Parts: sequence; structure tokens; C-alpha cells
Amino acid sequence: MATMIAEATGQAILTEEHKQSFLRKYIFSTDHKVIAIQFLFLTLFFLMIGGFLAMMMRYQIAWPDQPIPLGGIFPESMVASGYILPEFYNSLVTMHGSIMVFLAIMPMLVGVYANYLIPLQLGAHDMAFPRLNMYSFWIMIPAGILTLSSFFVIGGAAGAGWTLYAPLSARPDLTGVALGQQMWLASVVLIGLSSIFGSLNYITTVINMRAPGMTWFRMPLTVWALFITAILGLLAMPVLSAAGIMLLFDQTIGTSFFLPEGGGQPLLWQHLFWFFGHPEVYILILPAMGFTSEILAVGSRKPIFGYKAMVWAIISIAFLGFIVWGHHMFQSGMNPALGLTFTISTLFIAVPSAIKTFNWMGTMWRGNLKLHTPMLFAIGFVAMFAIGGLSGIFMASTPVDIYIHDTYFIVAHIHYVLFGGSLFALFGAIYFWYPKMFGRMMNETLGKIHFWLTLIFFNLVFFPMHGLGMVGMMRRIYDASGYRHLEGIADTNALITWSAFALYASGFLFAFNFFWSLWRGKKAADNPWDATTLEWQTPSPPKHGNWAEVPVVYHGPHEYSHPGVTDKDWLAQNERPDVPSPAGGH
Amino acid sequence: MAHAAAAARAPERGLDVYTQKVGMWVFLCSEVMFFAGLIGSYVILRFGASDSWGQPGEVLNVPVTAVNTFILICSSVTMVKAFAAAEADDQKGIKLYLFLTFLMGAMFLGIQAYEYTELILHGEWQGSHGFTPQAGLYGATFFTMTGFHGFHVFLGVVCLGWAFKRSLAGEWGPKNTHGLEVLGLYWHFVDLVWIILFTIVYLI
Repeated sequence: MATMIAEATGQAILTEEHKQSFLRKYIFSTDHKVIAIQFLFLTLFFLMIGGFLAMMMRYQIAWPDQPIPLGGIFPESMVASGYILPEFYNSLVTMHGSIMVFLAIMPMLVGVYANYLIPLQLGAHDMAFPRLNMYSFWIMIPAGILTLSSFFVIGGAAGAGWTLYAPLSARPDLTGVALGQQMWLASVVLIGLSSIFGSLNYITTVINMRAPGMTWFRMPLTVWALFITAILGLLAMPVLSAAGIMLLFDQTIGTSFFLPEGGGQPLLWQHLFWFFGHPEVYILILPAMGFTSEILAVGSRKPIFGYKAMVWAIISIAFLGFIVWGHHMFQSGMNPALGLTFTISTLFIAVPSAIKTFNWMGTMWRGNLKLHTPMLFAIGFVAMFAIGGLSGIFMASTPVDIYIHDTYFIVAHIHYVLFGGSLFALFGAIYFWYPKMFGRMMNETLGKIHFWLTLIFFNLVFFPMHGLGMVGMMRRIYDASGYRHLEGIADTNALITWSAFALYASGFLFAFNFFWSLWRGKKAADNPWDATTLEWQTPSPPKHGNWAEVPVVYHGPHEYSHPGVTDKDWLAQNERPDVPSPAGGH
Repeated sequence: MAHAAAAARAPERGLDVYTQKVGMWVFLCSEVMFFAGLIGSYVILRFGASDSWGQPGEVLNVPVTAVNTFILICSSVTMVKAFAAAEADDQKGIKLYLFLTFLMGAMFLGIQAYEYTELILHGEWQGSHGFTPQAGLYGATFFTMTGFHGFHVFLGVVCLGWAFKRSLAGEWGPKNTHGLEVLGLYWHFVDLVWIILFTIVYLI
């Protein structure tokens, strides 16, 4: 992998006359752009792994009575005579969720794009603490190794679900998983540390390292979103670390924080987990909202509709995100009066979310739409996020939630926001910033095919799951075929599984496009999308240190179709409207 | 182009505080949340099972820990003195106060190690000999909270040792105070956490 990264970032840095060793330049680099690209390769790898686990689950759900193809290549502890074992299925569910959240989506949103974009969009040379930034990447490596190797230890990988509810997670005799669970916890504590180091860097950089003229309300919405996300990460991750350490002690040294037989409280784990877990949900969506805002403005050739409202919406979503965690626990035995409070605070989130959604539509309204691949994914994000957001309102109200709790309705909802939301925006972001990162364009035709396949099969996979949940198909169930109330859903499950395979396959189309374009893609101009933010005013890819001269910022981030400019329909943040640009033909 | 128009290259005003200090404050916010997680759990567990806790002084040796608390508070004072000495370019003072801070931090750890040993070997709680992390919720929360605090003190002592070593080479002075100030912030935070822990774990 190291050589791949080196190849990919080669052009970025070879142009610089730096007396740095190969190791310092590409492997243990402190350049935020190299670190971002390292994160990108790492997270794409884990995205593939996490997706593969989901494919195995889908096969089991659709055809529980048929042996899986090539089942023989798996150890007996996972797949016995061709059949996925129930214990292994538990590990699949757990590790699919954990890998996607902690090692794929979160580090891709933050590790990749906060790293890459914050200094470039703010006009800074690098992060505030480059060395700490490097550590935040390298801590992820042992975390990833722990996660992957836990499949092959005695007892297999963690199997108590990604939420790790105690006492199931705290007592190895209940799941048969001992070491795997501990490796999971160790890995999450490491990821937490990495995330805290990262957040520390992003927050400090945004506060103190903006270019002259880059006032708070001239920052691109991407930076706003990533800044607020960093605050969420900074405040939420340590709570998970504390809880995870206590759970680890329960498993290893015989304490009983979460074990009722020793006086502990299982419900305490749920509170701690979701106190982290709900801000985590917004860690996973706010950056995606930032990318979408950016891409929609560029693709609509219009300023973002209601810039300040967008900023305040981000801030209020983040604030509300800390006081709604109980809506995950309506069925936990928590005080019902408390449930009502959490219902109300949760419904409030619909307000800023709707502000954002309507502002995105307002941005596109009567815009000069350029339907390139990033724009398609951004529009897809808005549509899918709206569906996911609306099903979220169902769950926020306690009486409805009691009916659909722990069913496939929840599975549908989480995937509409995490895949239809975060991952759609991430695909858009990858296509959008790829030319800046690697100096080449990704193939547009393949990109559009990838988008349409993803959109169609995504909906074929996850929309029917709402229905499965309504008829009562249980989340995480190993074999749904033996229940009378679930008779007649086998065909739907087979359709979902076939679509899931197609969805996964379309991911390889993306991967092919990604790697092929690294070497064969069309050379990218410095500003291929005619965008206004600062990163596009540097060469593609930017050199070590980003700027020969620190740019000066004169206005807000989305000045498209500016009335004072006649020769083009955009005005870069470091251009003044009264100074004609040298490119213009006046 | 814009570049031509701009003579000044000063960055946009941030907090008017240098970056390392902002970074430390941000880091301390996350530390607050970490200890809030532990302390919050402690409060909830203790309210849920209050008869699982001993009376103050029944198991834990309050007088020894009170002395230890006093030592840690004094070390915060000497930390401030070291910073003030650096600002005044008092090289002898820097060395003296950094050494005292380092020494008192190390003493705190030594006394805590003694306390742990005594508790584990001779402590008595609800009929069992030895007060260990396995001794119910009381033991578990006690060792988890004070242990993580001790770990933070340990990190601080390591940094203080490094700062002291640099002071021998005369590296701190009016032009170079940032490192001491940032380290001081951390040290005072660790001190503050201890005052809370001492109150809720030993005295209540």
C-alpha cells in the first residue's frame, strides 16, 4: 500500500525541492495532504471489507438453507460444511457495523477531508500540529490490524452488535467471544485517541490559522461542517473511551460496572454509549452536508441559499445532538417521562435539518445546473437524506418506535442516512476533489454509470427493508424463515440480496475508475469545476506547503454568477470584484 | 490579481492566543469529557447501590491522601513560580521550581503507589481481605478513577522531567515561555481533577 500512496501523491511533492527522506515524505509524512491520501486508501480498503461482510450476511438472510459458494475457504469456526454459523453471523453483523462506522465512513469524512480541505480552504500552510496529525493516522493502523485479526482468534470477532450492549458484551460466556471483544474495545479506544488528536488539530487550525480576510462567516460551509464535527468528536469520543475502558475491565479484571450481579448497571452502558453514539451520528452526517453544500453551489452556479442559516443549522444540529441520545433507548426500561423529553428534543432536530434541505433546493432552484458526477451524487444525497430524515421522525416518537424498534425499519433508516447520506456525499466528494488530490480527472462516463447503478440498487436494497420492518422482521436475525409472521418475505429478501450484490459490484466500477484515473485519467486543470474556494486557486495537486504566497480573502465562499464580474460566472475568494482578473478579455 | 494588492500577510485574527495554548485548551476539553464519563458513571453507580460503599475513612486512608493532596496543590504553586521565573529570566528560579514541581509530582505518585499496595495487601472491605479492583463497585470505581488520574500525573511528571532537563541547558526564558505555560495548564488541570476526586471518593 505504501508504494500506492507514494505513486498517487508523487506528483504532489516531487516538484518540491525538499531534502526529506522517502520515509518522511510518503510514509511518516506530516504534510496534511499526504496524511489525507493515506487515510483515503485506508478507508477505501475498509469500505470494501465492510461491504464484503454485508454480502455474506445478505446471502445468509436470503438463502438460509443453502450453503454459500466457496464456503470451504473459510475456517470451520466461521463456516461449517458450507453454512455460515450463527456465532459467525453475529460477528458479521457486529463487525460490519463497527468497521463501516469507525474505520470507513468516519475516518473518510474526517480523516480524509478535514485533513485535506481545512488548511487548503482556509489558506493555511498546514495543520496547527502536523506531527500530531501524523500520529492520528498511524494510530489507526494498529486499530485496523486489531479489528481484522480479531476474526481469527479463538472465539472469533466481537459478536454483541456494534452497540455492545451489556451484559451481552461484558460476559464472554453469553456470546462465546472473549478475546475478540477485548480486541474490539482496544481498537475503539485507539480510534478514539486518533479522532481526538485529529479534532484537536482541526479545531485549533480553524481558530488560529485562517488566511488574512478569512473571517468566520467567510469560511466555506465544508470547513464549518468539519469544524463543528471536530467539536462533536472532541467531546463525544472521550466518553466512549471511558465507557469502553470500563467494559474492558468488566471482561478482563473482573469488575462489574455493567453487570447486575455485581451491583452494576447495564443501562449505564446504554446511556454512556449513546451519549457518544448520537453525536457520532452527526459526526457522520455533518461533513457530508458540508460537501453537499459546496458541490451544489458549484454545480448550480449560484451562491448557496441562506449561507448564515446553513451555519446556524449546523451549529444547532450539533448542540441538539448532545441532548437526544435517549431516543435510542425508548425500549430499554428507561423512565417513560424521560422518553417524552427525548422525543421532543429529537423532533426539534427536524427544524435545522429542514432548513438545510430547503436551502439546498433553494440553491438549485433556477440554477444553471451542471450535472457532472459530483453534482449527481450531491443531489442524490439530498433526496436520500430526506427519506432517511423522514423515517427518523417515525422513530423519534416513542409510540411508533415501540412498534418498529429493533426491526429492519431501523436498518433501513440507518442505511438511508449513512449510505444514502454520508456515502453518497463522500462519493461526490471523492469525484469532486480527486483532480485536486491527484492532478487527474476521474472518468466522467464511468462516474455517471456508477452513480445511477448506486442510486437504483441502493434503493432496491434499502427501501423494501422499511416494509420488512413493518411486518416485524427482526434486526440482526440469523434465519428469518422459521417464523409464521415472516412467511412471505423470502422473495423480498432474495430481491434485496441480489440488489445488494449489484450495489457491491458497482463499487468495484468506482474502484476501477479510481485506480485507472490515477495513472490514465485526463490531466486536471487547476480549477476544473470553476469553483471559488481557495483550494482551487492552487496548482493541482498543491505543492508541499500549499501556498507560495499566503492568499488574501475578500469575500464569502460561494460567489457564483456575481453581478460585478462579466468575463466569467464566478469570483474566487482571493479575487476582488473591482479588480478585473488577468484571465478576462477586457 | 489579489496578491498584488495585499501587502500585509498577517493571518486573520483568531483568539489572539498562540496555537499551542489553544491546542492545550481544546485538549483539556476532551479530558474533561473523559473524566466526566468516569465520574458520572461513579455517581450513578453509587446512587444505585449506596450500601456498596464504605464510610469515609473506613477503608481508605484519608490522612495520608490529604497529605498527598496538599503536595499536589503545592506542586501547582511551584509550577506557577517556574513560569513566573521564566518570564523574569530568573534562571536559578526556573531550575529550582521546575525541580520542586517534578519532585512533588513524583512524591504524589510514590504515595499513591504506597496507598495502593497497602489497600491491596491489608485493606478490608465487606469481609474480604485486600481492597482490590474486584472488591465490588467500590473497589472498581476507586481504582479506575484514581488510576487514570495517576496515569495523567505520570505523564505530567515525565513532561516535567523533560522541562527540567531543558532548564539545565538554560533553554527557558522570557523569549521561551510557551512550553512552560502549556505544561502548566495541563498540570493545573490534573490538580483540579484530583481535588474533585479527593472530595467525592475519599471525603463523601
